[in-house]
Amino acid sequence: MAFLEIKNVRLAGVSAGVPSTILSNLDSQLSTEYEPEAFVKQVGVKERRYSEILTTSDLCYGAAEKLIADLGWDKSDIDGIIFVSQNADFFLPATACILQDRLGLSKECYASDLNLGCSGWVYGLSYAASLMTSGTIKKVLLMAGDAKRRTKQTLVDPIFGSAGTVTALEYDVNAKAMQFHFGTDGSGFDAIIIPDGGARNQMTVDSFHEELLDGKTLHRFQVRMKGMDVFSFGISTAPKTIKKLASNYGFEYQDADYFVFHQANMQMLGMIQKKLKIADEKMPTCMYEYGNTSSASIPLTIVTQLKGRFENKPTKFICCGFGVGLSWGTVALETNNVIVSDLVEMSDEEVDKKYVV
Amino acid sequence: MELNDFIEKFAEQFDETDASEFKADTEFKALDEWSSLSALSIIAMIDDEYDVTIKGDDIRNSETIEDLFNLVKSKA
Repeated sequence: MAFLEIKNVRLAGVSAGVPSTILSNLDSQLSTEYEPEAFVKQVGVKERRYSEILTTSDLCYGAAEKLIADLGWDKSDIDGIIFVSQNADFFLPATACILQDRLGLSKECYASDLNLGCSGWVYGLSYAASLMTSGTIKKVLLMAGDAKRRTKQTLVDPIFGSAGTVTALEYDVNAKAMQFHFGTDGSGFDAIIIPDGGARNQMTVDSFHEELLDGKTLHRFQVRMKGMDVFSFGISTAPKTIKKLASNYGFEYQDADYFVFHQANMQMLGMIQKKLKIADEKMPTCMYEYGNTSSASIPLTIVTQLKGRFENKPTKFICCGFGVGLSWGTVALETNNVIVSDLVEMSDEEVDKKYVV
Repeated sequence: MELNDFIEKFAEQFDETDASEFKADTEFKALDEWSSLSALSIIAMIDDEYDVTIKGDDIRNSETIEDLFNLVKSKA
């Protein structure tokens, strides 16, 4: 069973970076099948942040500088970076290595990328926190998000927004244990997929050949999604993983103060909420203004919807990510004395200019 | 579960198509209003009303509303 309990690690702070440019979904023809208004009403994304310049790592960098300053951390004390994204700056090297140098962290730094999307923040949290339980690695930055892709993908992609987040973790023997449940179903590998550009299907000129799929014109470097299957997966899997976690560790999931879900699709979230009987005020969402931001969606929801409401009192969270893989993860954690930075809005001029080839 | 009841709930997922147009033998994917968004609403309705989670292939392999009804009934 994929349960995990991690002791001695506290969530110290959260920040999020987004491009300052807002794209409205009401302004463009999203699909040949439906009107933009119908999409906004049902999927729940009115607008999203977008940049043709800023990468996920740029947004994470801006969010990291802000959070490190707000926490008052000394950069030389940061022992590790985990960068969770499906849009690394380069095929190689790992983006976490670049971020170590760009942030001016010590070379005594554990740094690694993790390729997951919707479930990525929860997986990344377990990955980062696992490094810290013995107390030799004391401060780690978990960076998670997706932004600019490897190929242009503006109008065909009305659900996805750009964000890069940072979650600061700290060794603390008094921290309440984090409890996790994870799952994977690789039989759904092609439910959300970019078919070409990896080793399985190398990139060729034919990769740019466009096909009409469910009303959208897509080439083989662009994300394609089997919407119906992802929807079925989400509404059945998310409630089950939360119930399994609560049952395994013997707590009532209804006792949580906040349920923060991966922001997949509002209709899907509505179904999950109904199945778990969660009150509206316990289930913040940020889809309407930011869209689906992949592994950034849980911390981005905390930053944009909960700032000022929970930081300085004991607060129980249940956070659940589910999607591409197919992959899912849920964590129950209790926070106190957390720093939540103001949203960092970045202009295209803030793009990385040093790590350029 | 009743076929007429299923057809009524099916029809409620559509805004522009008149409820009278929905019959047991209606080929729902040929409706003007049908889209990938309506498919999600149908999956949600079936999950909510009948506690059955159907998949994309179940929609793809059904032609009429009655086909889908029979499929849901077999899984309920």
